[in-house]
Amino acid sequence: MSTRLGSVHDIPLGEGRTYAVAGEMVAVFRLRDGSVRAVSAVCPHKGGPLADGQIDAEVVICPLHLTAFDLTTGCARGDLPPVKVYPVTVDADDMLVIPSEVLL
Amino acid sequence: MQSPRLVIIGNGMAGARTVEEILARDGDFAVTMFGDEPYGNYNRIMLSNVLAGVEDESGIFLNDLSWYADNGITLHTGTRITRIDRAAKVVYAEDGSATPYDKLIIATGSRAFVPPIPGIHRPGRGYHQGVFAFRTLDDTRAMIRYAREHERAVVIGGGLLGLEAARGLQNHLSHVTLVHAMGHLMNTQLDAEAGATLQRSVEKLGIEVVVGAQTTEILGKHSVTGVKLADGRTIGCDVVVVAAGIRANADVAQASGLPVERGIVVDDQMRVQGEADIYAVGECAQHRGETYGLVAPLWDQAKVLADHITGRDPHAAYHGSRVATKLKVAGVDVASMGLKEPESDDDETLTYAEPRKGVYKSVIIRDGRLVGATLVGDVRKVAFLMQAFDRGLALPEERAELMFDLGGPPAEVSPAEMPGDAQVCNCNGVSKGAICSTVQSGCKTVSGVMDKTRAGKGCGTCKPLVQRIVEWAAGGEVEEDPAASWYVPGVPMPKPELMRAIREHGLKSVSAVFATLVPGGKEDAKSKMGLASLLKMMWGGEYEDERDARFINDRVHANIQRDGTFSVVPQMKGGVTTPAQLKRIAEVAEKHAVPMVKLTGGQRIDLLGVPKEKLPQIWADLDMPSGWAYGKSFRTVKTCVGSEFCRFGVGDSTALGIALEERYQGIEGPGKMKLAVTGCPRNCAEAYVKDLGVVAIDGGKWEIYVGGAAGAHVRKGDLLATVDSADEVITLTGRFLQYYRENANWLERTYAWVPRVGIERLRKVVVDDADGIAADLDAAMAASVAAYRDPWRERAEPATPGQFRTSLPLVLLPQVPVR
Repeated sequence: MSTRLGSVHDIPLGEGRTYAVAGEMVAVFRLRDGSVRAVSAVCPHKGGPLADGQIDAEVVICPLHLTAFDLTTGCARGDLPPVKVYPVTVDADDMLVIPSEVLL
Repeated sequence: MQSPRLVIIGNGMAGARTVEEILARDGDFAVTMFGDEPYGNYNRIMLSNVLAGVEDESGIFLNDLSWYADNGITLHTGTRITRIDRAAKVVYAEDGSATPYDKLIIATGSRAFVPPIPGIHRPGRGYHQGVFAFRTLDDTRAMIRYAREHERAVVIGGGLLGLEAARGLQNHLSHVTLVHAMGHLMNTQLDAEAGATLQRSVEKLGIEVVVGAQTTEILGKHSVTGVKLADGRTIGCDVVVVAAGIRANADVAQASGLPVERGIVVDDQMRVQGEADIYAVGECAQHRGETYGLVAPLWDQAKVLADHITGRDPHAAYHGSRVATKLKVAGVDVASMGLKEPESDDDETLTYAEPRKGVYKSVIIRDGRLVGATLVGDVRKVAFLMQAFDRGLALPEERAELMFDLGGPPAEVSPAEMPGDAQVCNCNGVSKGAICSTVQSGCKTVSGVMDKTRAGKGCGTCKPLVQRIVEWAAGGEVEEDPAASWYVPGVPMPKPELMRAIREHGLKSVSAVFATLVPGGKEDAKSKMGLASLLKMMWGGEYEDERDARFINDRVHANIQRDGTFSVVPQMKGGVTTPAQLKRIAEVAEKHAVPMVKLTGGQRIDLLGVPKEKLPQIWADLDMPSGWAYGKSFRTVKTCVGSEFCRFGVGDSTALGIALEERYQGIEGPGKMKLAVTGCPRNCAEAYVKDLGVVAIDGGKWEIYVGGAAGAHVRKGDLLATVDSADEVITLTGRFLQYYRENANWLERTYAWVPRVGIERLRKVVVDDADGIAADLDAAMAASVAAYRDPWRERAEPATPGQFRTSLPLVLLPQVPVR
């Protein structure tokens, strides 16, 4: 079982978009190398919208107070709790997919 | 293939630091280190803290034994090298062992200088019972043990080390006398009056000081009973500590036929003169005739040596260090840099003395640049002075500002005096204690500490204080952040070099810059916005816009707020509006239930709390141009009513404000640009504290002030020019802004940039065209002006999919069905 979020082409290269999945807000990012990452959409610091943050191959930076989070581990670069990381992939139809079990 | 063998003689601060630098550059060597002392390496500077009992021995170790093991370094402690065979490339140790090398680094440091005073040694026993040098951990331990059981100490030597020793000994015995051969304390760094001031402060601490006192004999048959001075006086004591200076430890080098003068003679690559494979670094090295006894030069040397030896930069060169010190000597703040006394009649000298408070300050200026400064008892201005000294900054016209804060920002507190729970960063609530513990956990760059603690990441005003605390907490071990001079953190180049490379390679997009100019093509999120701004400035219409390079504000042309909503500020040129415009704004606010309508500080109307997805609709309903209340760009021109209605107004500030805003609206820069035009010197539009402020004065003239600020920093702008017409104001404004755009660092506001460059220099370039670039600046600005498009036009057709889609569950989103 898995959840299809929508087409990967809905996310511009190098940006992120938020999806509501099974009651949770997930920020999905499309890296410039074409790969995708997904983390919890809300910054644990002051609730900033992470999908609005800028990214590189490694981190997303919260737009509110510029805290960086590792896109692979979710760890904060700095003294903050990590964000949840979701395993996201792109299927043969270019759809973003998150396995359902991780959402429960 | 086997890695080349690198041998280091010396396991102190210089040797270990050099190896760290080599490891950081992935140097491929089989490393062997020899240390004379039986320990890993420790911070010798901290020995005075150990003596004073404020630090445990364990706290001063820099690398413990596991560091050597983890990095594959073979360490021989307690092993003294006695000879280098340069021909066979082998070093021989006291224990008879022979170790071959391909490259050799000598980092033997220095040893205590012990003057040949009769009685100081006992034949066959070393120092006389009760006599100590102050150089190593073992010296310190022995001194503490012995001092505890005795009562009176004499310290010979009134330099830095002697003062520290005297202060430290006070913790262990009841009476300490400091005997100094020269006329005043710390004579190498301080002039006579500063030395006398320091002496009074030290005496207040209960240390007896005798200056001009040559020690001629150490008295006592079985153990020390006193010292005898040249004038016949004797001072009774049972402990003598010799702290009369240091000498380069170059015996091994000398015995092995290497060139040794005051230290081992090295070239700009730290290579021993005439040797291909032998280097020397630290206090044992003599570079261009200088030997250094401080840590900062050692770091510079270690970096050059590492760059060179690893091949990372074979041409790396050390050019010597400008020595500036800031210390707490025996509890008294002392700072000195450069000259201690004027050298020629043309040198400008300022001196301030307040003997009862123990305060003495002097600065020496040559050709408008700081060449020396001495501070005793009050070192609040040291950060600025050190910068001015290091970088040759232009000095304030009001010279007294070099010594005092005259109505400027609040006085600097010394980190040592602050309680641990004192809040340093008032934006992010970071305490001094949090900064110190981050430093203690091994993070020793200012930027690293800022990243980890978020201190200084709010309004930024506390950055200098954060820096001072990091420096203090690191005990002189603060690491220079290599990125400090870069324009953005992810591209290793300062701005001029970066702009040259961008032009050379024709790089028109942010991703092209990363791909071409960063090793490994690594992109960096924190650099994107700065690069986007720079490229847009450089290429204008040719710039290849990549939306992910923009900060969210610039992606949706609105200012993000704390709840993830945005604020919408329509343009209102010069702060002038109409009933129709007001009505429209009111209707839109009502229709969209805007939670708050507010006037901004820049005379605009702010609609706050607008969800991202509503932005295009609101812009369409307003049907007004963007007021640019976001972005690092030209923001507003605040005005007063000037001559139109005001009884006092002498110039039409409103018309000029509108003209300026029409021309320069939305122009990007390294920081935001806030302007004002005021109709008379009463300054109702606050033009004196703007990035560029224009003031009408009588006689139809306009004054242009630049570099003002009334935000986190408050600064009155400097007068750039007085001109006769509004047209001239418009031209000079464009030229000044363009010069700022091309030369300021990323996020460097004009209030920092203008004083850094100096108003005289700016006047020469912008007004007098001394560099002959005025026409180029005007043309570049004109091109940017021509390329302007109102970003709110994007409402009709989003630039990217989901450009205005919400990023937070501000409204309930449709749930994606689960298959």
